[in-house]
Amino acid sequence: MVAALLFGSASAADGDLDQLMTLLAQRQHGHVQFVEQEFLALLDHPLESSGEMRYDAPDRLEKRTLAPHEETLLLAGDVLTMERGKSHRVVDLQAYPQARALIESIRDTLAGDRAGLEKLFSVEFAGSLAKWTLNLTPKDVKVKRSVAQVRIDGAQDQVLRVEIRQADGDRSLMTLRASPAP
Amino acid sequence: MNGRRAGALIAWLACIAVAAIVVIRARYITDLSAFLPRNPTPTQQLLVDQLRDGPASRLILIAIEGADAAARARLSHDLAAALRRDPRFARVDNGEPVSEQADREFLFKHRYLLSDAVSAQRFSPQGLHAAIVDTVDDLASPAGLVAKSLLPRDPSGELLHIIDQLSSSPSPETRDGVWVSPAGNRALAVAQTTALGSDSDAQSEAIAAIRAAFAAARQSPRDGESPANAAVLRLSGPGVFAVAARARIQKAALRLSLISSVLVVTLLLAVYRSLAALGLGLLPVASGALVGIAAVALGFGAVHGITLGFGITLIGESVDYSIYFFIQSRHLLENAGRDSWQQRWWPTVRLGMLTSVCGFASLLPSGFPGLQQLGLYSISGLITAALVTRFVLPALLPRAFAVHDVTPIGNAIAAVLYPVAHLRRGAVTAAALLLALLASLILASHHDLLWNRELSALSPVSLEEQNFDAELRAELGAADVRDLIVISGPDLESILRGAESAVRALQPLLDAKIIGSIDSPANFLPSMAAQQARRDGLPNAGQLRDNLRQAIAGVGLSFERLQPFLEDVEATRHGALLGATDLRGTSLNTGFESMILHQRQGWNALLPLHAAQAGQEIDLPRIAAALQRAHLDTARVLDLKHESDSLYADYLSEAIRLSLAGFAAVAVLLLATLRSARRVMLVLSPLILSVLVVAAGLALFKVQLTILHLVGMLLIVAVGSNYALFFDRQRHADERDSQPLTLASLAIANASTVIGFGLLSFSGIPVLEALGCSVAPGAFLALVFSALLAPGGATRA
Repeated sequence: MVAALLFGSASAADGDLDQLMTLLAQRQHGHVQFVEQEFLALLDHPLESSGEMRYDAPDRLEKRTLAPHEETLLLAGDVLTMERGKSHRVVDLQAYPQARALIESIRDTLAGDRAGLEKLFSVEFAGSLAKWTLNLTPKDVKVKRSVAQVRIDGAQDQVLRVEIRQADGDRSLMTLRASPAP
Repeated sequence: MNGRRAGALIAWLACIAVAAIVVIRARYITDLSAFLPRNPTPTQQLLVDQLRDGPASRLILIAIEGADAAARARLSHDLAAALRRDPRFARVDNGEPVSEQADREFLFKHRYLLSDAVSAQRFSPQGLHAAIVDTVDDLASPAGLVAKSLLPRDPSGELLHIIDQLSSSPSPETRDGVWVSPAGNRALAVAQTTALGSDSDAQSEAIAAIRAAFAAARQSPRDGESPANAAVLRLSGPGVFAVAARARIQKAALRLSLISSVLVVTLLLAVYRSLAALGLGLLPVASGALVGIAAVALGFGAVHGITLGFGITLIGESVDYSIYFFIQSRHLLENAGRDSWQQRWWPTVRLGMLTSVCGFASLLPSGFPGLQQLGLYSISGLITAALVTRFVLPALLPRAFAVHDVTPIGNAIAAVLYPVAHLRRGAVTAAALLLALLASLILASHHDLLWNRELSALSPVSLEEQNFDAELRAELGAADVRDLIVISGPDLESILRGAESAVRALQPLLDAKIIGSIDSPANFLPSMAAQQARRDGLPNAGQLRDNLRQAIAGVGLSFERLQPFLEDVEATRHGALLGATDLRGTSLNTGFESMILHQRQGWNALLPLHAAQAGQEIDLPRIAAALQRAHLDTARVLDLKHESDSLYADYLSEAIRLSLAGFAAVAVLLLATLRSARRVMLVLSPLILSVLVVAAGLALFKVQLTILHLVGMLLIVAVGSNYALFFDRQRHADERDSQPLTLASLAIANASTVIGFGLLSFSGIPVLEALGCSVAPGAFLALVFSALLAPGGATRA
C-alpha cells in the first residue's frame, strides 16, 4: 500500500513519458525553423544563428544554418556530414561521444526512441503531454565532463526549445517553431 | 675407348665442374628488375625505384570481412594495436586516432611556422580581425567544443587551418571507431612495412605477422561480444602479390616439373625400354641447364628467378637431341654402325640447333634484362646439349647398346599420313596457302586488340585479385598513388622549396577543381625559406599587442584572455626553425618520409595528385603546362600506370622487331647452308604456318598476346625447325629406309614437348600459361605441317 503510494507518482510520470514517446514516434517527418543562441564566457555577447531543421524517421536529421553563415549538418545513422564553405567533413559519431550526446538528445526525442535516450541519459519527465519538459543528464562520465544537462521543452508532439548546459557554464538555447507550410 | 672419346669426356667433366662452381657461387635475385629497363631514363629510374622500394610498394591493404560490424571493429582495433607494437611495421592506420596526441602537440606548438596562412598581413590589425571573426564563428559548430578551449592561445585558428591543409585527401568512412568500406561490410586498414617492397622475404614475414595477429585477436573475444570466428582476413598490395606470386610460381613450377618429368620419363621408358638410355638421355638437358645458368651468372653478374623458372622449358628442345640420337642410331647400328649417326644425322641436328640459336639470339639485344638472360641461357644451353649429344653420349654408350625398336610407331604414323602424302602437291600447297590466308585475315581483323600493351598483363596475379586490390584502394581513397608531381634537387631544402612553388603554381587549378588536392611534404615540413619568411612576418611583442587590441574591437573577446596568444607568438619569434628530425615521434613523420625519395643521384619530392571526384581523370598536360609557365624546371608530372605501360609497350615493340630480325637470321642461315631458296621455303613454310595458326587461334579465343607469347612463337620456330629440317634431309639424302625411325623419333620428341608445355597452360599463372598455350599447339602443328608439306614427306617404308 505504502509502496503503491510511494511509486504511484513515478509510474504515472513513467506512463506519461511512454505516452509522449508514442506520440512523438508517430511523426514521420518534421520541418521547423530554429534560432540558436550560444552564451559563452569567452564572449561578452551571445552568438546567434538561425536556419531550418528537417527530420525524417527513423534516423535522418538535417540542420541547415542560413545565418550568419551557411552550414549544413546531416546526420544519417551514426555518420555526421558537415559542410561549410569549401570544407566537407564526414565524422563517425561513435568516435565523438560529446557531440553524439548533443545530437542524439534531439534526434531520439524526435524519433520517440525512449530506449535510445535512456542508453545515453537518465531521463526525467515533468509536466503534462500538453506542456512537457525532459531533463536529460548524461550517463557517461566523460560526456558529463563537457555536457552537464540537456533540457527539452515541448507541447504535444512539437519540440519547442532545446537548452544545452555545458559543464564549464557555457550554454546554448535553441528555440523552434513549425515551418510555414510550403 | 679411343683417345678422342676420352678427351671429349674429360673436357665435358671439366666444363661441368667449372659450371657447377659458378652456379653455386652465383647471385640470385627475385625482384622485379627482370621486367625493368637496363638503361633507364631518369623518369624510368624513378618509376623503377617507386615500384621496387617506393612507399606505395610497402603498403599492405587489410580488409576484415564476415562476422558483424562490432566484431570487425574490435578485431581491427586489436590487430592494429598488435601491429603497432611490431617493429616490422612503420605505420598502421585503421582510422583510430592513435598518435593524435603527439601529432596535435607538434602541430599546435609549431603552428606559426607550419601554417601557410602566416604572414605579416595576417598579423596586421585587419588580418587578425578577419581571422578572429572566422574562429568565433566556428564556435557555434559542433567543432566549437574543441575550438573554444584553444581560442585563447590560437585566436586566428591556425591549428584548424593546418589540419585542413594536411587532411585534404579523402579518407575512408569511420564506423565504430575504425575505417569501413562505404557499404559497411568490411573493416579496412593499411599497414606500411619497414622493409623495402622488393625484399620478398621481409614482406613474407610481415604478412605472416599480420595473419598471426589476426588469428590471436580472433581467439580472444570480449565479454558479451558476438562471435568473431566467422570473420576473415583478406590482404592485398604489391608485397602481398609478390609473395603470393613467388609461392605460386614455386609451387606450380615444382608441381608441373614433377608431373611433366614423370610423364616424359614414362614416355621415354616406354620407348627406350632401357634405364641406361633414359639416364643418358637426360645428360644433354642437365648439362645444358647447368652451363646455361653459369653463362648467365658470368655474363650478367646475377641470375634472375625468371631465368631459372623458364630457362629449363626453353631448352626442352635438347631432350629431343638424345631422342634423335638413340632412335636413329639404332637403325644405323643395325646397318652401318653407330659412328655414322654423326655423319648422317648430326649435320641436321646441328643446323636445327643453329636455327634455334639464331632465334634466341634475337633476345640478346633486348633492353629487358629478363629477356636477355633467357636468350643467353637458351643459346649456351642448346649448344652445350647438342655438343654433349654429339661427343659425350657416343662415348658413354655401352657397345652393342640399343633402345627398343620403334619402327612400328613410325610405320603407324606413316600410315596415317599416307593418304595426304599422296595428294597432289598443288592441292596441299593450295590448302596451306588458304589456311595461311585465313589465319592472316583473323589476325588482321583483330589487329587493334592483338597485343596487350599493359604491364599488368605480365602480372602473375589473377584478374580477381587485381580487382579486389582496386576495390580496396578505391575504398581507402588516398592510398592509391597514380599521378605524381616529382621535384628533383640536390638537397632536401631545394625540393621542399620546389614543392611549395609547385603547389603555388597549381593553386588556380585547385580552385577550379581541375585537381582535387595535392599532398606535399612541405605541408609537414615547410622549407627553411618558408619558415624563415613566416617567422619574419610575426610582429614583435609591442606591435602584436597593438594589432590585437585593434583586431578584437567589436568581436566581444576580452583582451586579457588572449594573453597566451601573445606569449606563443613571441616564443615562436625567438625559437628555432624546424628540421626533419623534429618530426620524429609523430605519425606525421611517416607521411613526410613517404613523399621523399633520397637516392644516390639526389633528392626527389613526390607530390601525389588527387582527383576532385573519385574516378575522374586528372588533366596532366594542363598541370605540366602550368608548371612550365611557372618555370619550374625541376618539376615533372608522372603518371605511374601510363609510364609503366608505355615502358612495357616499348619492350613489346622492340621484342617484335627483334623477333622478326631473328627470323630473318634463321632464313639467312638456312639459305647459306641449304643453298636453295626452294628448300628454305619448304623448311620455313610449316613454321610460319604454325605461328600464324596459333596466333589466330589465340586471337579467336580473345587471348591478347604478350611478350611471353612472343617468346613462345620463337620457341615454335626453334623446335619446329628441327622437324622441318629432318624432312628436308630425308628428301635430299634419299633415306627412305630410315624413314619410320625418323618419324617415330620426331613424334616422340614432339610428344614430350607438347606434354611439357601443355602442362604449363594449366599452371594458373598467366606468364606460364602464355608460354604453354602457344608452344604446345604450335609445336604439334609444326610437326604436322612439316610432315604434310614435305614433298613425299611420309611414304610407307
